[in-house]
Amino acid sequence: MMTSKHWLIVLLVLASVSVLAFAAQKGNAPATAPTTKTLAAAKHPLEQQDEGQRVFQQHCSRCHASPEGFSPRISGTILRHMRVRASLSQHDEEALLHFFNP
Amino acid sequence: MTVGVFAPAQSGFAQQTPLISGGAGFLTYTSGGNTTYYPILEPLLAAPLGKKILVESRADLLESFSPKGAGQSGYDHSHFVGLTFLQGDYDVSPHLTIVGGEYLLPFNTYNERLTPIWIGNFQDAPLIFSLGLLSSSSGLGGMVRGNAIERNKYSISYNYFYSTRSATEQFTSHRGNGGRVSLYLPEQRLEAGFSFDRLLQGTHENFFGAHVWWEPKDTAFRLRSEFGHGQHAEGYWVEADYRTLAFGGLDSIIGRIEPVLRIQQTFRLDTIASDGLPLTNTERADFGFDYNLPHNTRIITSYARQFSSTGNQNVWETGIVYHFLFPAWKGKE
Repeated sequence: MMTSKHWLIVLLVLASVSVLAFAAQKGNAPATAPTTKTLAAAKHPLEQQDEGQRVFQQHCSRCHASPEGFSPRISGTILRHMRVRASLSQHDEEALLHFFNP
Repeated sequence: MTVGVFAPAQSGFAQQTPLISGGAGFLTYTSGGNTTYYPILEPLLAAPLGKKILVESRADLLESFSPKGAGQSGYDHSHFVGLTFLQGDYDVSPHLTIVGGEYLLPFNTYNERLTPIWIGNFQDAPLIFSLGLLSSSSGLGGMVRGNAIERNKYSISYNYFYSTRSATEQFTSHRGNGGRVSLYLPEQRLEAGFSFDRLLQGTHENFFGAHVWWEPKDTAFRLRSEFGHGQHAEGYWVEADYRTLAFGGLDSIIGRIEPVLRIQQTFRLDTIASDGLPLTNTERADFGFDYNLPHNTRIITSYARQFSSTGNQNVWETGIVYHFLFPAWKGKE
């Protein structure tokens, strides 16, 4: 069974990690460097791009790093796959589709 | 942000051509002065059948070269080929998908989300990985899952499975049922969930789990944690990884560095060791140092120190993993 000593260790680890996270949050300004994504966004409706990027950050980046690119032929299939894996809502799916294919 | 290196699909209209994805890697594991080498290939196929059905499958092809014991020189060689899952997904509605076939058991998060070699920060799974996975990590039967509620402030996802017993070599599974409910707060980037399942063959046993994931906004910091409880043992792990944006973004030489830390403990509740966890209480700290190379390639290295009453041990792991993703065949022009 977990003793009070063990719980103390858990709490200390969680506290340390939380401090690190807040420090990281404070130390990093929002990413504003132009990327392929933001350059592409300049040519298309900003709202759709922003929403797609938000959904990508919230649902995809939670688990894995971003792939460096893929064919538009499979973007619909990727969404079908991730709809199941990440329990995407219909709205998320549509936003990501715009994000993948600006 | 973590999307800093994301390059979207080239201009064109989205299609649903079958795809092949996965990872190819070369890994090493060193403990007690012995190093084992693992070339590994994990291909994944996803093929839509019409607008409602998706068939997807992942396989493991693994070779293992480990030193011969008893003072002999040279290496022993073994291989493993197996399907990790083979499932059909039927989209019933925006809130419901029915899954049939062999699927990864949705107990806690590691099994479904972090087992692909191109995703995990460490080569080896947490010590409590086998808790709640009914001895096989996959189920054979059916599952319902989806996003139950989606609001601006929160969303709730769910799944429930029923697995039957199977002794077929490529589709080994145990009879059981269970599920998971997760709450996600998008503004806080915080996810918390609860899992349960019950083994329904042999000695019936219950398993419970809980997970908390947090990815603070505007950082490349991630915190993942799980707690698992079984009839005979319990434990937890906490993992944190970080990439800095401070020196030219994630694409810079510094930004590609990813330090990783994982703390874990297991506690044996009795002497019945049917769950795959260590036979004695164990503590382990993993310190990782990953490097994200261009072209979807990643170097994964880590050192772990494990403490238990049966003896302490050091584990060194290194590896390189390539993530591939391409159409399985030609799409429409």
